Amino acid sequence: MERADILALFLHFLMLSSMAIGGTQTVMPDMHRFVVDAHGWITGKQFADAYALAQAAPGPNVMYVTLVGWQVAGWMGAVATTLALIIPSTVFTLMFARVSARNPDAPLGRAIRRGLAPIAIGLTLASAWILVRSVNHDWRGYLATVLTVVIATRTGINPLWLILAGALAGMAGLV
Amino acid sequence: MDETGQPPKIGALDIFLAFAQISISGFGGVLFWAHRVLVEQRRWLSDREFVDLLALGQLLPGPNVFNLSIMIGDRHAGLRGVFAAMAGFMGVPFLIVIGIAMLYQRYEALPLVQSGLSGMSAVAVGLLIANGIKMAMVLPRHWRPWLFGLLAFAGVGALRWPLIGVLAVLAPLAVATSWRRGR
Repeated sequence: MERADILALFLHFLMLSSMAIGGTQTVMPDMHRFVVDAHGWITGKQFADAYALAQAAPGPNVMYVTLVGWQVAGWMGAVATTLALIIPSTVFTLMFARVSARNPDAPLGRAIRRGLAPIAIGLTLASAWILVRSVNHDWRGYLATVLTVVIATRTGINPLWLILAGALAGMAGLV
Repeated sequence: MDETGQPPKIGALDIFLAFAQISISGFGGVLFWAHRVLVEQRRWLSDREFVDLLALGQLLPGPNVFNLSIMIGDRHAGLRGVFAAMAGFMGVPFLIVIGIAMLYQRYEALPLVQSGLSGMSAVAVGLLIANGIKMAMVLPRHWRPWLFGLLAFAGVGALRWPLIGVLAVLAPLAVATSWRRGR
């Protein structure tokens, strides 16, 4: 991987994380588009694996961004995507916190939050859609997904148990 | 508060340790642990402050709890606190996840690893959908927000258009609409 490619990766992820309002899962489709579809640096399967591993690992779920960087270009890639993830977030937060930390319920803030919430939801579901398309599941895979949705929305179970169950079911050849 | 009535001084090291604890405990999500450590155990924030800061974090780009960690680091120990929060929240998981990536690269081809990962992926997708559904539960029962959500999904998910273009069109419209309705 060329230095120019790593720079391109860094800059694209930097731009995306500046737009990641409502959580980093909202920019996942565009990360996928960039590294899988546009450049072909990794496969959709590798992307989906990175996401699944990050969910199972201790740490925030956004660590999938680090894993995608690692798969694209090793240490350099991991550092590039991780820095790209945290720099905009930190800068915006500091600016905002120092200017108006006292008033999160100001009308403009509320209008922004309410206006963007449905878009964040649409993008979260778009991320799920992209992941589903990246892994070639048969009906049993879809069944596991549907079961997870039902359990996760109806109970307060720690998601890690579900991921563990998924791994075991996979190894047992059930999924 | 200690016995003299003075709030205890929170230093950069405390901040590093607190956020490393939150981050590493956060199997499958860190929000639960953020509340437990910051509000219940260390009492750096009241319930109300926690919700306010989180709402603010949601307004800003990036991971919500990470944004919260930056605000708390800054509040108690300035820039040193910010770096301590960052190192705790992202630095430690960074090393863990790289360790996992190395194992993955080494054993990726094994059939058992492959089948385990495919089971995990199926669940991970389900969790993401559940996350979207939970977020959607609190939307007002009106067609307008759903329309914006649907357009975002169609543009970025189904049509695979670049996010920046889709947001450039949808975000201002959505905010303007909610601003007009909110007044």
